[in-house]
Amino acid sequence: MSRSFLGMPAFPRAAALSTRDTRLRANLTHATHTIRDKRAGAVAELDDWAQLRAAGAAIKDRTLRHLDHYLERLEESVTAAGGRVHWAADADEANRIVTRLVRETGEREVVKVKSMATQEIGLNEALAQAGIRAYETDLAELIVQLGDDLPSHILVPAIHRNRGEIRDIFRREMGRWGRPAPEGLSDSPAELAEAARLHLREKFLTAKVGISGANFMVAESGTLVVVESEGNGRMCLTLPETLISIVGIEKVVPTWQDLEVFLQLLPRSSTAERMNPYTTTWTGTTDGDGPRTFHLVLLDNGRTDTLADTVGRQALRCIRCSACLNVCPVYERAGGHAYGSPYPGPIGAILTPQLRGITGPLEQSLPYASSLCGACYEVCPVAIDIPEVLVHLRERVVEGGPVTRRGARVVLKPAKGHAAERAAMRAAAWAFDHPGALRGGMRLAARTRRLHPGRLPGPGRAWSDTRALPAVPAESFRDWWQRTRGGADRSRRGGVK
Amino acid sequence: MSSRDVVLARVRRALADVPRGEGPYDPPVPRDYHRVHGSRTTEETVELLAEHLADYRAVVHRCAADDLPALIGRLLAERGARTVVVPPGLDPRWLSVAEAAQVPDRAADTARELDAVDSVVTGCALAVAETGTLVLDGGPDQGRRRITLVPDHHICVVCVPDQVVGSVPEALPRLSPERPLTWISGPSATSDIELDRVEGVHGPRTLEVVLASGPAAG
Repeated sequence: MSRSFLGMPAFPRAAALSTRDTRLRANLTHATHTIRDKRAGAVAELDDWAQLRAAGAAIKDRTLRHLDHYLERLEESVTAAGGRVHWAADADEANRIVTRLVRETGEREVVKVKSMATQEIGLNEALAQAGIRAYETDLAELIVQLGDDLPSHILVPAIHRNRGEIRDIFRREMGRWGRPAPEGLSDSPAELAEAARLHLREKFLTAKVGISGANFMVAESGTLVVVESEGNGRMCLTLPETLISIVGIEKVVPTWQDLEVFLQLLPRSSTAERMNPYTTTWTGTTDGDGPRTFHLVLLDNGRTDTLADTVGRQALRCIRCSACLNVCPVYERAGGHAYGSPYPGPIGAILTPQLRGITGPLEQSLPYASSLCGACYEVCPVAIDIPEVLVHLRERVVEGGPVTRRGARVVLKPAKGHAAERAAMRAAAWAFDHPGALRGGMRLAARTRRLHPGRLPGPGRAWSDTRALPAVPAESFRDWWQRTRGGADRSRRGGVK
Repeated sequence: MSSRDVVLARVRRALADVPRGEGPYDPPVPRDYHRVHGSRTTEETVELLAEHLADYRAVVHRCAADDLPALIGRLLAERGARTVVVPPGLDPRWLSVAEAAQVPDRAADTARELDAVDSVVTGCALAVAETGTLVLDGGPDQGRRRITLVPDHHICVVCVPDQVVGSVPEALPRLSPERPLTWISGPSATSDIELDRVEGVHGPRTLEVVLASGPAAG
């Protein structure tokens, strides 16, 4: 894959383009509405959903508050079970470790289970530079890879593509990567899935190295858990001789029992199923069953910086179910690519700026890629208050302030382009401290209201491009109250009660 | 400083707000969610399992333990299976009337050799009614994970009611995390193309579940 999320334009520019793509919007509206309705049904089957959600949030919070303890415990148990644990402070280091581990096997090809962590660090590109070809084996990831495209959804990365586009990609590209698409391939999903089955089986049966992420890691037992549907995960996790799993440090849960919460929350939130077709768990290596060598690469890459922010920390509870994407009015219209990261939608809008730092124009724009309607919080199975974090990050963008970058405390400068907003806020603060001036200003505004323009001039123009200015009433509330005592006079006369 | 030390030091600095006295198991997690959803008799739990398995497109059969060999023989014949892979500890009676040639599960066999086999017959560790899930733990009657993955047809025998639990919280304490586990809920499926569900991508496209009741099955 040659495309990369890095260097993408800020959200408003990217979204201005994508919202004009009518085919993309039709594909997305169909997909997100289908899955959000199904999800509501799957969740309604469990009358203790609220309790499960509270337990999920509490387990994750407790783990995050003692993350050092649980990581050390995890390392111990994975090592005791025959695995080898590596630590990566950032994306480059993780890529170097994985490249070295693959090279040590002598192989030049690897099969991959769909993994957000490897998307985040750009592993495929790093391996390609080292002359190692990584084959994506999840059907949607295969579509993205063959199409030299970028994923646009956490669960269904090719959600922006319809069946006709997928058929064209398969016909055109499959032969360049291995077994070509069958002659006369139609656009029926069953035929397309069969073409993928045949194409990928060649890879699975010969692969010596598998690469995965993990949905959960159990500290007490050293068990890793991967949930999936197609069986490509099982293929990559059990057929190769060497397995390398790259997992974010926030994916740890304390106990085996904790899985009883997440294995109920995740499938129903994610694919809207009672349970996903396949779940694989493994603990180190097992004689005669599965890979002989297992490496676990624990990835920081901005997670400890996120952990240092006591408001933003809750983003690390995320179990990557993607329920928040499917209910988001902004995601539905803008599409996933506009977020400029493998993590799109509401969770991406808070995760990306925190993992990467709020320093570039894209990262500064993401906290604004939301209407703050709160639907994302309602559906989140681990109760991440995404609107709260969005507002918190907006404040950081406008005002600057203390943040942690690569483990060090630094003071962030206010972002450029927010000077007018800051000036307006300062003026408002002064006015509220000076009641006389406020009253005078309001009276002046009321008397000149016929002269007010429909749009703001100067720095406010961009703001009023997409918003209607509120009409100024003929009389301020304070004056009205002074005159009528809250309408008490009228009610005595038998008016409004 | 190693990256391990770097990351752990960053974690500790990031958690400066956590009070010193707070232990890793504080505060207790509220576990007032249900152990199982609703109350059911044993028969109803088995019925729910059958319903949920079928809902996710597994083919469900029920029989008395004594009739298991005849049923398995018939299912393999109807499928036209010429070869069937057999885990080392599978009850030999189960395949006593099957005509398909039996292929033992040997660690030395390559995945490609396994790809040429038509069917696989296994037992299971347990089944979860609320989710319609079979769990395999690599026990002697189930074999290695790959044998239930590569052949296109899987017949899984569940001994009812002993191997059936109601819910996920009831399943986990009965499973050992040290063993490699495979949870199977319906056959392999994808919804990656316009969210249309298609059965069978890489795992077995046909999953047949036999709910076998009676003493001989245990």
